[in-house]
Amino acid sequence: MFQHIGEMVLMLCRTLCAWPQVWRQRQKVLDQLFDIGNASLFMVCILSLFIGGVLSLQSGPVLADRGLAGVLGAIVGTSMCKELAPVMMAVLIAGRIGSAMAAEIGSMQVYQEIDALRTMNINPLSYLVLPRLVAIAVALPLLTIFSILIGWFGGAVVAATNPRVGVPFQSFFRVLSENVDAGDVANGLFKSLCFAIVIGVVSCQQGLATIGGPRGVGRSVTKAVVNSIVLILILDYFLTRLLLYFQ
Amino acid sequence: MNPVVTNHQGVSVQVRGLRKSFAGTPVLQGIDFEVAPGEIFVIMGPSGSGKSVLLKHIIGLERPDAGEILIGGKPVGSPGVMDRFRLAMVFQSGALLNSLTVGENVGLYLSEHRLKPPGEIARIVAEKLELVGLKGASDKLPNELSGGMKKRAAIARALVIEPQLVLYDEPTSELDPLSAVTIAEEIVRLRQRIRATSLVVSHDRDLAFGVADRIAVIHQGQLLTIGTPEEVRRFNDPLVQRFLSADFKPSNHPPTP
Repeated sequence: MFQHIGEMVLMLCRTLCAWPQVWRQRQKVLDQLFDIGNASLFMVCILSLFIGGVLSLQSGPVLADRGLAGVLGAIVGTSMCKELAPVMMAVLIAGRIGSAMAAEIGSMQVYQEIDALRTMNINPLSYLVLPRLVAIAVALPLLTIFSILIGWFGGAVVAATNPRVGVPFQSFFRVLSENVDAGDVANGLFKSLCFAIVIGVVSCQQGLATIGGPRGVGRSVTKAVVNSIVLILILDYFLTRLLLYFQ
Repeated sequence: MNPVVTNHQGVSVQVRGLRKSFAGTPVLQGIDFEVAPGEIFVIMGPSGSGKSVLLKHIIGLERPDAGEILIGGKPVGSPGVMDRFRLAMVFQSGALLNSLTVGENVGLYLSEHRLKPPGEIARIVAEKLELVGLKGASDKLPNELSGGMKKRAAIARALVIEPQLVLYDEPTSELDPLSAVTIAEEIVRLRQRIRATSLVVSHDRDLAFGVADRIAVIHQGQLLTIGTPEEVRRFNDPLVQRFLSADFKPSNHPPTP
């Protein structure tokens, strides 16, 4: 575990050293961005809509029974942008994109494509890892913004249509806008940027560390997804503690 | 078959006391040899004798436990060696990047190092593909090619580098005899054209004795002999002789009723 973390930190540092080459790799970054958006946008919509909806459904009736239904917009708004959207999107992207990254790089490792790059004096970190890391670091915060908006909408729809909650659409968003500011959204985006780096680094490192044949690729994919999710959840706690100091 | 090389563009290779173990199992046990610039040097030996591991050490993909490898007099692991000398390796599987077309694979070295403008790269790629008999295959993906075509595309990728040293890992394995002859001709032609040093790992006796200036026979991580094809053929060692003369004799296996 500690060896893996050490390798990941080393890989991140070496990839950041290759940062000046990011402009040269822009076409690969755009291709990766397209892949990430194309593979996950629909799932982001569905997931966020239902997360916002279930948040309203769970907390709405409890608040309404105590005469506090009016604050539902603030609760859904804050929870979505500070916690649920960044974490749930990170978990989704770890499953959909992290696994694909580990599988692709793992296959390249197994079939000696990465060795071939090295013999041509092409650094696999700048050729393979850098574009993926940059793309996911851009895409995940964007998807998180999208998820926040859809989640708010889902929460508002349930709040307005569920008879046990009964908070009108306009009232929901008025309370939400009074209680959620740009700092809260920035809080969530910072988290999602950190999670994106975790997913990118873990997945690429697992891909590069693949040994054996197709079975090895399968093992790497599983490890990439599980390790990413575990690290995201642990990191989430510490980031939340850290960000509390800035409120 | 083995023309005298006068204008050396190739680079020398020296392997000294090379040792490597994997999980305590020795794979290379003190390998020493030298390859002169422009020479075609073939390393033969049975499967699992350490040939491919040796090749990976020479190109710098593996680090030795002991010993050293010098390319053009410089240790292979030292900074700048890969920039200073143009090295290429033709992998057993071809190792073409599956996400790129054949043309993109062949031109990858030039495009990634920005050595030529895109139009010039396209011209060079077409020229090299035609040279290996793959004219018109530029837009195909590697998975649309046969094993022999993949190997020829990998050779074209190596040719684009204009290498001073080319390493071939089992270049004729899994190939039909006609494709194997094409590959052998390509290895010799490359030396004639650009005077490159070639290091070929193979257990294909026809290829080895057809193209080599010198042959080394390796067994269980140790060199048994090094010499010209004739010297190796005459080398009086039971292991070498058994390896070189191994043949299937139907008369030894009477048909079952």
